[in-house]
Amino acid sequence: MAMTKSTAGTLAHAAPLHGRPHELFNALRGIARELRADKLGAFGTMILLVLVIVAIAAPALAPYDPAAQSLADRLLPPAWLAGGSPAHWLGTDHLGRDVLSRTIHGARVSLLVGVAVVALAGTFGTVLGLVAGYFGGRADTIIMRAVDIQVAFPALLLALIILTVVKPTPGTLVIVLAANGWMVYARLVRGVVLSSRQSLYVEAAEIVGCRPLRVIFRHVLPNLTSPLVTLATLEFARIVLAEAALSFLGLGVQPPATSWGLDVAAGKNYIFDAWWLVTVPGTAIALTVLSINLVASWIRIATDPRERQKRFARGAAVSEMGA
Amino acid sequence: MSAGFLLRRLGHGIVVVLGVTIVVFIVTRMVGDPVRVMLPIDASDEQRQAFAHHLGLDRPLPAQFADFFAKLARFDFGESLWQRRPAIDIVLERLPATLELVLVGMALALLLAIPLGVIAALRPGRGWDRATVSLSLLGLSLPQFWLGLLLIILFAVEWGLLPTSGRGTPGHLILPALTLALPATGRLAMIARSSMIDELNQPYVQTAIAKGLPLRRVVGLHALRNAANPVLTLAGWELIRSLAGYAVVVETVFAWPGLGYVAIQAIQRQDLVLLQTVVFVVAIMVVAINLAMDLVYKAIDPRIQLE
Repeated sequence: MAMTKSTAGTLAHAAPLHGRPHELFNALRGIARELRADKLGAFGTMILLVLVIVAIAAPALAPYDPAAQSLADRLLPPAWLAGGSPAHWLGTDHLGRDVLSRTIHGARVSLLVGVAVVALAGTFGTVLGLVAGYFGGRADTIIMRAVDIQVAFPALLLALIILTVVKPTPGTLVIVLAANGWMVYARLVRGVVLSSRQSLYVEAAEIVGCRPLRVIFRHVLPNLTSPLVTLATLEFARIVLAEAALSFLGLGVQPPATSWGLDVAAGKNYIFDAWWLVTVPGTAIALTVLSINLVASWIRIATDPRERQKRFARGAAVSEMGA
Repeated sequence: MSAGFLLRRLGHGIVVVLGVTIVVFIVTRMVGDPVRVMLPIDASDEQRQAFAHHLGLDRPLPAQFADFFAKLARFDFGESLWQRRPAIDIVLERLPATLELVLVGMALALLLAIPLGVIAALRPGRGWDRATVSLSLLGLSLPQFWLGLLLIILFAVEWGLLPTSGRGTPGHLILPALTLALPATGRLAMIARSSMIDELNQPYVQTAIAKGLPLRRVVGLHALRNAANPVLTLAGWELIRSLAGYAVVVETVFAWPGLGYVAIQAIQRQDLVLLQTVVFVVAIMVVAINLAMDLVYKAIDPRIQLE
């Protein structure tokens, strides 16, 4: 438990670094130590790093052009199965396109849409939450009323109707998903702002004459770092799943672009004789979302002492009873 | 609880439905061109104009909006272009299938998640707890459309135990309900575990154990009742999300003839009238579930002041 205090502190303070190398080094060491303590978190971080590299270097890594068709080589099984070809490790689809190359390129869309939506919805929601929480009054009433109403919207169905009418492109996809996702950030931020406004140090900052913006960014925002990072990570996972689902339904990424959800949809007509067509891109989605969730769960445990307690300390009352 | 509270929540619900209406109106009439969406590409200009006139789309927007609202208030959603009959009839025909799937799926999720979470909470950090947390994370990370296809490949294609798709016998319900339930089970088990750990560390639990009450009674009766609130909050959410989202995906995978599948069919047949009718009916159900949830909280936790 001795490391609990120091490392939780390091991580929480990792954000406002001002270019002092030893601080950065200490923070990284703290993070590394946390990761060693949480095997699953380390696993998730590793997979996610690999995915980011794969997504960035996709054209260099993919053996083929993901859209290149070769009808002579259609529906080849993965290389280790009978009839498989070493030229196509994970086989080919119904148009003879290389499954491995498509899966590698699919990482780009998934991560890009996920990051863009989280950035857009997160910024919008955070700003509105700060305004509602800090200034209160009419702004608060209006913003939170909008949040309440939109939270009760049947989000995916509205997304379906919008994407039916507006042509689905990665851009419209990001806007539709962000428009359905900003509310959670606004709620979270407003709650944290309201509770930290009552604290003495914020009151002190106001008394000594700090301007509202300084109070918000200097004194209130640091409280938000850890819950916001956790929420953004969880939302990232949710958005990756949502993009895959919309693409699967034919309302997300459109061919000839590649997306894991799109490939699962194309492969579902061949599940009787080419199981790898849905299995490979599906596994990619599941692995991506799982590693994001593992990272989120690790961040939450590493930065929230109450969660930490749940993992390490208690249950003693019950286990002493010999349950 | 006061009648005032109920009225206010009802008013909030009406605002939500109005909001959905306005968004749908704006999206279908102003952002996009419904004639372009609904008619084939090779339709002539005369056909387009006649069609626009038929739907009243050639009139000024405010008049269209007033008309749109007046019809909605009478539950007149217009005629489905695909089936040439009132869209609301099609939606009401498909509603029972969706309710069956969603209710069975959510019941399954709760029945699995609560025991898993509670048992995990008894000994946090031990083997069972870690297994539950890991499996829950895995469950909530699986994309449902893919999970459904995997279950079809295994149970229907490989082993031939269950039908691949459609509705009819109880056997048809098993795979779709399981697909709908699994990710929700993961999320619910995590919450059940977390709030149970909180409760088990409360002084009253220690007192009850010290007094010598059997553990089963302490956990099952006292702690579980108090830990129920967050679990039920999330369960309500899951119900709404299933109805207004996940069901579309699961029904499409299993060709389950419910609202979600009909929404996708409407999109494929470019039938905006039917699609917007589905959206309205689901919006009304979402509002009703939210209202019911407020009442359930009050029944479970008398401390909650419904104001």
